[in-house]
Amino acid sequence: MKKRFVYLLLLPGVLFLTIFMIIPIILTIGTTFYNENGFTFQGYLAFFKDRYFVDILLTTLRVSLLTTIICILLGFPAAYYISKLGTKTKAIMLLLTIFPLLTSSVVRSFSWMIIIGKNGLLNNILLFTGLIEEPLDILYTPTAIIIGLIHLFLPLIIVTLVGVMENIETDLLKAAESLGASKLVVFSKVVLPLCVPGLVIGSILVFVGSFTAYTTPALLGGKQRVIATFLYQNAVTLNDWQVASVVATIMIVVTVIIITIMNSIAKKLNPKG
Amino acid sequence: MQEKNRGLALFTFLVFVFLLGPLLIISVTSFEGGNILKFPPEQFSFKWYINIFDVQMFLTTFKTSIIVSLAGNLLALLIGVPAAYALSRFDFKGKNIVDAIFVSPILIPGIVLGFSFLRYIVGVYQLPIYAALFIGHTIIMLPFIIRVISSSLSNFDFSIEEASESLGASKLRTFFTIVLPNIKSGILAAIMIAFLESFNNVDISVFMTGPGVSTFPIQMLTYVENYFDPTIAAISVLLMIITAFFMFMVERLMGLSYFTKR
Repeated sequence: MKKRFVYLLLLPGVLFLTIFMIIPIILTIGTTFYNENGFTFQGYLAFFKDRYFVDILLTTLRVSLLTTIICILLGFPAAYYISKLGTKTKAIMLLLTIFPLLTSSVVRSFSWMIIIGKNGLLNNILLFTGLIEEPLDILYTPTAIIIGLIHLFLPLIIVTLVGVMENIETDLLKAAESLGASKLVVFSKVVLPLCVPGLVIGSILVFVGSFTAYTTPALLGGKQRVIATFLYQNAVTLNDWQVASVVATIMIVVTVIIITIMNSIAKKLNPKG
Repeated sequence: MQEKNRGLALFTFLVFVFLLGPLLIISVTSFEGGNILKFPPEQFSFKWYINIFDVQMFLTTFKTSIIVSLAGNLLALLIGVPAAYALSRFDFKGKNIVDAIFVSPILIPGIVLGFSFLRYIVGVYQLPIYAALFIGHTIIMLPFIIRVISSSLSNFDFSIEEASESLGASKLRTFFTIVLPNIKSGILAAIMIAFLESFNNVDISVFMTGPGVSTFPIQMLTYVENYFDPTIAAISVLLMIITAFFMFMVERLMGLSYFTKR
């Protein structure tokens, strides 16, 4: 009786997601392995033989990797500083971090169009100060996409890391220091290893988010396609649902691979976690 | 040490300039009196705010977005609250699988979800675009609803529930008179977070536009592709005001802890 009651509570949700999400996704993946002659890898062979496709995939991976690395480099020190602040200041800093996170990605990408455009703020400043003579072409390049993505995901990594760093007990650091460890040793042997779980979750969120982002590359990338805008182009503009399904499947597979690799790295670095 | 801390403070300050500067700049440009987006603006005017209300498509899509987000939110609650309750209250066979199913809308790339929607919900199931939008938005809100309400339930002492039942109240009555009032603020926070998530969604909505049907962010994207005037800056300011209000409410209801737990 009790068991049946539990399953009854879960049934609507599971049914809803199965019909409207899981089955469509499985069918999308499934159709990529069939053509008029039956089972085939043709779709994937064609994809990986085409330089244009492969370039887009590699650009997307490169952009995502750079975004993740820069987010960690900028986010880690900032999160460390915030986690050491007093309760009230910390709360304000966190609110200021979360605000952009909840702001529409269209708004945030658009704000960068004003800044890095040909007649944008950045070029005006650089021209005015005489640092450059010709306006820089940043907008509509992979660099623009990276800047936009960093802006999109930096708050995410800061918030995640602050959450982890807050839980590091100060006693632990004091103990290490009283045993003669230098600040640098305390940081690298105590603080850093304890941050690994947060770093891994943060990196997964940033990398996967960058790899699958649509709005920012669509606005800041111009003709430079990434895999998400390429999927959209094939599905809606070119109406080639077969190629779009192959791209969709590749995105799912890459996402799963990234999450698996990162998790296994985390296990190696932090056997207790 | 003092010296090093000062360096770290400066670094953090610069990171925040990078994060918030663009939002400040877009806000200032919304008051530009001329016809082209400029920073700093040359003359002060509210005309682009007025322009929002002159573009019919903004009004129509704003209404669509509000309706879709609210209706989707309601359905997500109807499905999500019982699920969150079952997941936090009971241990049962296959719990891990059910858990995985309920987070999967976050793990599957949004753009892939949107495409499979276009292909099957619109293409094969033949549902009208409006219905597809509604279902799509319900799906992306579901994990947020379940997560926030579960975390709210984890603070709830289920022995109160047992007490009520042992005194003769039915399961249903206990749920509505004891459990629900206790997690009210969690439910409100869940509604707001899910609403923002749905209202700002691009990845799924971008596939679900048809004759006369589109959502607000998609309309903004279309507008940016065609015009480069301060209208979007003005809209951005209004959206940021809404976001700030929702954040304030969530902070009041749940504290900041929701955002730092992942």
